[in-house]
Amino acid sequence: MTVELAIILAVAVPFAGAVLIPLARATPNLRETVTLVCAALLFYLVSVIYPTVAAGGVPEVYLFEMLPGLSVFFLVEPLGMIFAGVASFLWIATSVYSIGYMRGHNEENQTRFYACFAIALGAAMGIAFAGNMLTLFIFYEVLTLSTFPLVAHAGTEDAKRAGRVYLGVLLGTSLGFQLLAIIWTWTLAGTLDFTDGGILAGKADGLTAGILLALYTFGIGKAALMPFHRWLPSAMVAPTPVSALLHAVAVVKAGVFTVVKVVVYIFGIDFLFDIGVSEWLQYMAAATILIASLVAMTQDNLKARLAYSTISQLSYIILGAMLVTDLGVIGSGMHIAMHAFGKITLFFCAGAFMIAAHKTEISQMRGIGRAMPFTTLAFFIGSLSVIGLPPMGGLWSKWYLALGTLEAGKLWLLGVLMVSSLLNVAYLLPIPFRGFFSSPEENPPLKSSHDHDREHDHTHDHDRPNGIKEAPVACLIAIGVTSAGCLVLFFYPDPVYELMRMIVAP
Amino acid sequence: MAAHYPALQVVLALLAAPVCLILRRPNAAWAVATVITWISLALALSLLGRVWETGVILYPMGDWAAPWGIEYQIDTVNAFMLVIVTLIGSVVMPFARASVEAEIEEERIYLFYCMYLLNLAGLLGIAITGDVFNLFVFLEISSLSSYVMISLGRDKRALTAAYRYLVMGTIGATFYLIGVGMMYMMTGTLNMADLATILPAVADSRTVMVALGFLTVGLGLKLALFPLHLWLPNAYAYAPSAVTVFLAATGTKVAVYAFIRIFFTVFGGVEIFTAGVIPEILAVLAALAMIGASAVAIYQTDVKRLLAYSSIAQIGYMVLGISMVTVTGLAGTIVHLFNHAIMKGGLFMAMGCILFKIGSVQLDQFEGLGKRMPVTMAAFVAGGFSLIGVPLTVGFVSKWYLVQAALEKGWWLAVAVILVSSLMAVIYIWRVVEVAYFRPPPKGSAEVSEAPLSMLVPLWILIGASYYFGIDATRTLDIAFAAAESLFGGPL
Amino acid sequence: MEFLGLLNYWIIVVLMMTGFYIVIAHNNLVKKIVGLNIFQVSVFVFYITMAKVKGGTPPILAEGIEIYSNPLPHVLILTAIVVGVATTALGLALVVRIRDAYGTIEDDEIEAQENEL
Repeated sequence: MTVELAIILAVAVPFAGAVLIPLARATPNLRETVTLVCAALLFYLVSVIYPTVAAGGVPEVYLFEMLPGLSVFFLVEPLGMIFAGVASFLWIATSVYSIGYMRGHNEENQTRFYACFAIALGAAMGIAFAGNMLTLFIFYEVLTLSTFPLVAHAGTEDAKRAGRVYLGVLLGTSLGFQLLAIIWTWTLAGTLDFTDGGILAGKADGLTAGILLALYTFGIGKAALMPFHRWLPSAMVAPTPVSALLHAVAVVKAGVFTVVKVVVYIFGIDFLFDIGVSEWLQYMAAATILIASLVAMTQDNLKARLAYSTISQLSYIILGAMLVTDLGVIGSGMHIAMHAFGKITLFFCAGAFMIAAHKTEISQMRGIGRAMPFTTLAFFIGSLSVIGLPPMGGLWSKWYLALGTLEAGKLWLLGVLMVSSLLNVAYLLPIPFRGFFSSPEENPPLKSSHDHDREHDHTHDHDRPNGIKEAPVACLIAIGVTSAGCLVLFFYPDPVYELMRMIVAP
Repeated sequence: MAAHYPALQVVLALLAAPVCLILRRPNAAWAVATVITWISLALALSLLGRVWETGVILYPMGDWAAPWGIEYQIDTVNAFMLVIVTLIGSVVMPFARASVEAEIEEERIYLFYCMYLLNLAGLLGIAITGDVFNLFVFLEISSLSSYVMISLGRDKRALTAAYRYLVMGTIGATFYLIGVGMMYMMTGTLNMADLATILPAVADSRTVMVALGFLTVGLGLKLALFPLHLWLPNAYAYAPSAVTVFLAATGTKVAVYAFIRIFFTVFGGVEIFTAGVIPEILAVLAALAMIGASAVAIYQTDVKRLLAYSSIAQIGYMVLGISMVTVTGLAGTIVHLFNHAIMKGGLFMAMGCILFKIGSVQLDQFEGLGKRMPVTMAAFVAGGFSLIGVPLTVGFVSKWYLVQAALEKGWWLAVAVILVSSLMAVIYIWRVVEVAYFRPPPKGSAEVSEAPLSMLVPLWILIGASYYFGIDATRTLDIAFAAAESLFGGPL
Repeated sequence: MEFLGLLNYWIIVVLMMTGFYIVIAHNNLVKKIVGLNIFQVSVFVFYITMAKVKGGTPPILAEGIEIYSNPLPHVLILTAIVVGVATTALGLALVVRIRDAYGTIEDDEIEAQENEL
């Protein structure tokens, strides 16, 4: 198989899956098989592309001319390779997990769920391989629209309200700011192709570039830079697999991926460094890191806490890009992969707590490690990776981000990273610790869990503190794979690092 | 034979109208109207092809040489208009058969086809003629027939809507007539090309400026330029569905064309744009339409009315493009004429399908419609994306060029207005989507029940076209840019 | 003198405003049509008056006649009159139908009924 064909198929396979899934709706087993086959096939296709990109190649596939002089085409460069690899690998894990979760939770409309999920993955692949900003924008919007039914999946008033926030913020920022920035770039530069060294150098003066950069950064609502982060906590009403893969990996990473792409290939690191307009965006990112971490500490609902943690971690990536130094950008790219593995593990565990023990609030989770030791251990591993402690992959990305701040000569930013890591420790680690070392009797009486009505509590039915009661096996397999991934990435971060190094030093 | 295509383009439909009267049988009348429309489409396409290859076609009616006789002048702009009108007509006709049967009493159906053909002839005549008075006559032919078609609606409010449209339309046409008379006083000619060469010499006179004012207001009424749009919402909401589809997709578009023609060809040599405040006024009115009408659309409970208000907003986009007076802006307007015709035509067709099955387009009747009429509602959502301007749709293409034109001109406020207006479209489309997909169907009506294929296929042709031309917009944009450049090239 | 010289135009303006006023101000749908007619007639007069050439005869070809009025506006206005007649007929027909449907031809009463729907 040629690499070009593999690229096209990688985008087409999930969409084909989305067509096949409704056709197989009569037999759920067949339907889930379609999902699994698509996921496996996709990962295979991405692995076919990898050697070429790792060897320094940039395979390109021309699709069609949309507007005069402006085409839609794919071009795989190292950063896209990382994103595609992470998303496609984690889709397999999530598919396995979803089967256990959706059945264990007796969700309705499962066909729509799997079909939209597949479309979202196809869109993520399109974003990863986009050759210019127009192509990226097309798939960006496909991703927004295809994930809306997943967020509003439950169809309750809360879900619908959350869906409105989700759609309002994401479409509002992308149609209001990002599209404007894209058209503006087009009028200035006459091209939207992702080019090494950027396309705006010499075409835009400092002020224009500054406004453009702001329009891009805030216009990419999926990056959840404050104050456009509200959609992410809202999206947590979705079923947990959605929160795990889409709102910890595919969608949010598509956002920060776009930010990094814009900084590296539209503006160019050197150009941005010369005009120095990215500085105030560093402040914004730093503020988001700290504020989101502080808000996370106040959240009792586990998924909400994880959501704010994601917002904070996303801004690490934005911060790394806005440092506009080589090491900062390397850190950014690596963090896309490292955080993905850590955070998806945490979400998987949150989902497992919910279906096995029907617990959604952290205050109810004392002693949960006795009933679910495996899940709680995995949660511990994921937490370590997100915090950035050895022996987890998360260490490396934070390491390079820290080096990036030093390279940029911004000591205070290093301070921000340190403080934030401490905050991470404070809001993540108590959960597994209390799970293992507190006794369940200390749990406060149940109060009705606010705005997460479908995650109904039937604790009294299943509360058997002394017996082991884990989530379905499918869920456990997925959790095992991703938490192992966190460990593996500590020992073998080289592929990710090498790919990122190619971007800054071609 | 081919030399007489320009005449045939109008005359065929005009002659076929009385034939429908004689036939009286609904099916026979439908067959005549359909065949004539399809032939007209073929003629229009061949004319566009010829203009594209050999340039402007001049056709003196009855061999009376211009400027004494009436001359048909076909350049890229109006050849494109002819294609838009006949294309929409050709898709509407198969749709109309079932829809009209359901919505108009049997003994009046042949009259509907008669009026439709007259309307078609009038719109084609406006587009093709090179004579300003002849344009008035065709304007009235199309208007009178559309009053009749609107009054055929089931709801009794259709009658008052038609009456109010008649009063306002007649005032508009009379204003246009006054403008033509004043130009004639100063120049002694009615031929557009001739006017364009003579007008600059007398442009300083107050008469010519007043004439321009009358022409602007007159055509503004016809194209529903804010705040002269009051006739439109009820007329679109209560007319039979097939009529709404056809009028929404073609009627106002042809009026916009006439507007462009008067401003850029007839007054092409006069510097009305650079000197006067006209562009600013137009831009402000357009912006008010885009924001105001979108805001009103959000609060509608009748979905057909909602779409009607959205049309007023979309006309704002077109006028905004005109008011920029740049090639990009004008090309944006021209391409939006086409793009909006197909997407709004498709959306109103979806309304027709829902009326056919449910009998109402009130929002509360949409509950669970995503399950009950999945094919129709999918088309509505797809068309709604286009209205919002999601990439890969035609709406995206139009918006792209209008924003680009505004950026080139440095009109930041216009950029903001375009973007805000498209975000408001998200709100009014999403209100409908939420009701249709996230509310359960009322009890006892859960089974799937779709409109007949003869309605669904045309619906999906238009929706499909709004994606086809959104994915590959090079062809329409080439035509639009060529048209815009020819308009700036001065007289024909 | 200037006023008298422009007398025909003054008449046109007065007719036009009268017609326009009736269309806007009157509540009765038939009277609105009447107003619309007066409004249109003013434009007909406008065309005819501009066709007049000083010292010219009616435009009929005959021996010894050199100056005659411009016939073209006459022809144009014949067309416009036909259009006007058609409009009036259609308007009145609609009024008949409206009366059947609403039982009144007063605009405010119709509006009241519509608001109740």
